[in-house]
Amino acid sequence: MKTTRRDFVRANAVATAAAAAGITLPAATNAMITTDNKLKWAKAPCRFCGTGCSMNVATRDNRVVATHGDIKSEVNKGLACVKGYFLSKIMYGEDRLQQPLLRMKDGNYDKEGEFTPISWDQAFDIMEEKFKKALKEKGPRGVGMFGSGQWTVWEGYAAAKLYKAGFLSNNIDPNARHCMASAVVGFMRTFGIDEPMGCYDDMEHADAFVLWGSNMAEMHPILWTRITDRRLSNPHVKVSVLSTFEHRSFELADLPIVFTPQSDLAILNYIANYIIQTDQVNTDFVNKHVNFRKGNTDIGYGLRPEHPLEVKAANNADAGGSSPMSFEEFAEFVADYDAKTVSKMSGVPVNKLQELGELYADPNVRVMSLWTMGFNQHTRGVWANNMVYNIHLLTGKISTPGNSPFSLTGQPSACGTAREVGTFSHRLPADMVVTNPEHRQITEKKWKLPDGLIPDWVGSHAVQQNRDLKDGKINAYWVQVNNNVQAAPNLNQETLPGYRNPDNFIVVSEAYPTVTAQAADLILPTAMWVEKEGAYGNAERRTQFWHQMVTAPGESRSDLWQLVQFSKRFKTDEVWPEEILSANEEFRGKTLFEVLYANGQVDKYPVSDIETGYDNQESEELGFYLQKGLFEEYASFGRGKAHDLADFDTYHAERGLRWPVVDGQETKWRFKEGSDPYTRPGSDFDFYGKPDGKAVIFALPFEPAAEVPDEEYDLWLSTGRVLEHWHSGSMTQRVPELHKAVPHALVYMNPNDAKKRSLRRGDEVKVISRRGEMLSRVETRGRNKPPEGLIFVPWFDAGRLINKVTLDATDPMSKETDFKKCAVKVEKA
Amino acid sequence: MKYIILLCLSLITTPVFAQSSDELATLRGGAISDEIKTARIAKVENYDIKRKRAYPMQPPTIPHKIDGYQVDLRVNRCMACHSRRVTQATQAPMVSVTHYMDRDGNFLADVSPRRYFCQQCHVVQTDANPLLVNEFVDIDELLRAESAGDQ
Repeated sequence: MKTTRRDFVRANAVATAAAAAGITLPAATNAMITTDNKLKWAKAPCRFCGTGCSMNVATRDNRVVATHGDIKSEVNKGLACVKGYFLSKIMYGEDRLQQPLLRMKDGNYDKEGEFTPISWDQAFDIMEEKFKKALKEKGPRGVGMFGSGQWTVWEGYAAAKLYKAGFLSNNIDPNARHCMASAVVGFMRTFGIDEPMGCYDDMEHADAFVLWGSNMAEMHPILWTRITDRRLSNPHVKVSVLSTFEHRSFELADLPIVFTPQSDLAILNYIANYIIQTDQVNTDFVNKHVNFRKGNTDIGYGLRPEHPLEVKAANNADAGGSSPMSFEEFAEFVADYDAKTVSKMSGVPVNKLQELGELYADPNVRVMSLWTMGFNQHTRGVWANNMVYNIHLLTGKISTPGNSPFSLTGQPSACGTAREVGTFSHRLPADMVVTNPEHRQITEKKWKLPDGLIPDWVGSHAVQQNRDLKDGKINAYWVQVNNNVQAAPNLNQETLPGYRNPDNFIVVSEAYPTVTAQAADLILPTAMWVEKEGAYGNAERRTQFWHQMVTAPGESRSDLWQLVQFSKRFKTDEVWPEEILSANEEFRGKTLFEVLYANGQVDKYPVSDIETGYDNQESEELGFYLQKGLFEEYASFGRGKAHDLADFDTYHAERGLRWPVVDGQETKWRFKEGSDPYTRPGSDFDFYGKPDGKAVIFALPFEPAAEVPDEEYDLWLSTGRVLEHWHSGSMTQRVPELHKAVPHALVYMNPNDAKKRSLRRGDEVKVISRRGEMLSRVETRGRNKPPEGLIFVPWFDAGRLINKVTLDATDPMSKETDFKKCAVKVEKA
Repeated sequence: MKYIILLCLSLITTPVFAQSSDELATLRGGAISDEIKTARIAKVENYDIKRKRAYPMQPPTIPHKIDGYQVDLRVNRCMACHSRRVTQATQAPMVSVTHYMDRDGNFLADVSPRRYFCQQCHVVQTDANPLLVNEFVDIDELLRAESAGDQ
């Protein structure tokens, strides 16, 4: 055998490496000898994506020393992706924030001052002053909060209470607005109840998987292992991957499809048309379980009202409106979307469209559709969600094993916290909304608060909050568990002017000095992940708990501690109207802490209920088991209302349970008689979120994107994530192995597009839009292979802020930004 | 005893003093409104030297280039060297035995399909320098510190 270069290197490497590490080889073998090498292991859901893998976390001497996939978890059965394996390092970046920092000059707060360490008391003093000033001058609309789908369940719940029932402001929204809002509105419109009917078990049953704009191989890697397992173990199974550019998920694709941005709407209607034209409608199912409606069209793009696109949109004010129609009228509506027309619109060959149509239409093929940001971050994102349900409802392929339209989730508790707890600006727990007087009343009663307290107005959503900050309408603002200065669209024109507006006081709770912290006025050092007790809810309705395992560094405290302690700074007299107080004298003079948290419910469980062997910083300080009290009060909203959660202690013992949990049993497939206890007897299928038990098929057209490439801005820009980094990279970029794997955000470009611009791989370039520009380097050979006319840039890199370029156009119904489509040009720097 | 270790560890942590507001974000190192010159595209380390794992269960990082490796429905190039059948010839490490188990922990005749896409756990390392120090403490160091404290 010939000696290769690699053999030569290997032979020399061992000795060289050992010498470099300062060890002689035999000595290293002694390292095993120790009298006590036990590790303390406990479970925790992963800190990153919406998959919700359970992890085993090893601690010793108050340090996390190892993490690996939990073999007892049904979600991941012992697996973890590379990020999950390196969870053990995310808390140990050398720059952890350990003290509150305030911008100061000459010993006083100054918007243009330098960040200076202060005590927690001083931090709450200045916060109190600024929040009270904003409330006095602007009323409840003058304060706001931007939270997170990475909040624990009780953090989101405590925050929603503080804002909605304490400050009487609905200006609270989670970053899940950027992520899952279109999915939520899609569910509410079609089914009248949020979250998927199916579960991950569908992946072991489906005969076909269709990815709509989702790159699961990178963004939901452990779910991708389940699909890979199914596909490779069963040769009859087919995988189709649809995207605007080729990416890693195409490696498993039997039917790969690259389509022109926005034409997914046309392809969805083509499939509905194909099912009808080939006479493969499940007529019995449709007759019994479906209504047809025609949705309003020409609904605008969620831009500022004076934008020309908004001025000319006919149904701007009633984007969600619809009227009843018949099946025949629906059939006629989608008849325009024939193979030839749609092939021209989408750039997808007719035979591929037909093959895809047949996967859905064939009654013998169980189909699972999967989507995340490709559909949700879309100016017609609600429509795309509605339209994929159309296909599953026409064929009756829903709510049974393997037949599953499945909305994947981006964040670990977008479902559990943002959606179920109801931390959106229009929502209350258990799918209730602030605009419904009955819902407000139920909530006031459960919270043991006066009638008429909760405001009836819809608060500002994520993008609107940044506009309000810029316009000086929100003056005191608190950000928790997200990095919105790196995430929110149109950084230069909206976010940054908003945060730096001299009228505004911006508080950011953070574990690390992110760009959002840099844009803040006050930074609160924050405990993360297993430094506190927590609960997350994943994409398949699975609620999972974990214990506090280690102490947070320095003076860091959890978001929950911060919320609850800050509530002590306000008296009802200062924040509630006089008519409420005079009608409810017993509330007068009480602190918000007393009326919201020490209300006889939240404070009723003793600290002795905390499982032996675990600390709980917040509860030990308060003298009651805060997390348990918050959870049980919150869970009372959903019990008996098809959102049933088990009792608190059960979740510490289980690897999560999928709600509704009725009589101790979790629910795998909702709306199907026999597997969902809430279906009416004899119904077979019961879409009980709607009063008549029927789901809705919506007739919706193709409408163009808000911004389309033209002669000057001649490329589409799509943004997104990479496998090795989570969201804005504030945790993963601090892990050396993950940083060294993917150190920077590159501009993925088609080689022909590079050539046309005289660019070579590695050249420094400017990506320029009408809103801003960013510097990066061209990559023509990487894992993403865009077609000509489109570039892809990830957003994890704090050094390369692509959100200076992105457009703040949203879906008019969900208010979720389209981060996947805007027009840019690329020039050599 | 444990307090001594904690104290030692806490000394490693850098205290925070008043700092320029434009340099706070460690991973950026400049004003948000500025554009920062970019480093060249990092090169993948290709020395075939095994790297130490942070803890025993960590998937080893890939110590060589994998440019153009085909891993798809038809071919898995990684297995051309790391499969049990060929490691005698290639002297590459054989994939871990855990990779032969299905979801329920049963050993299969060959590598489990759920482990098929190697790069979900195993990643290359480029020559890019870490952006800052990570103060994760290896379990061996903790044990050493403990036994030193006992003496």
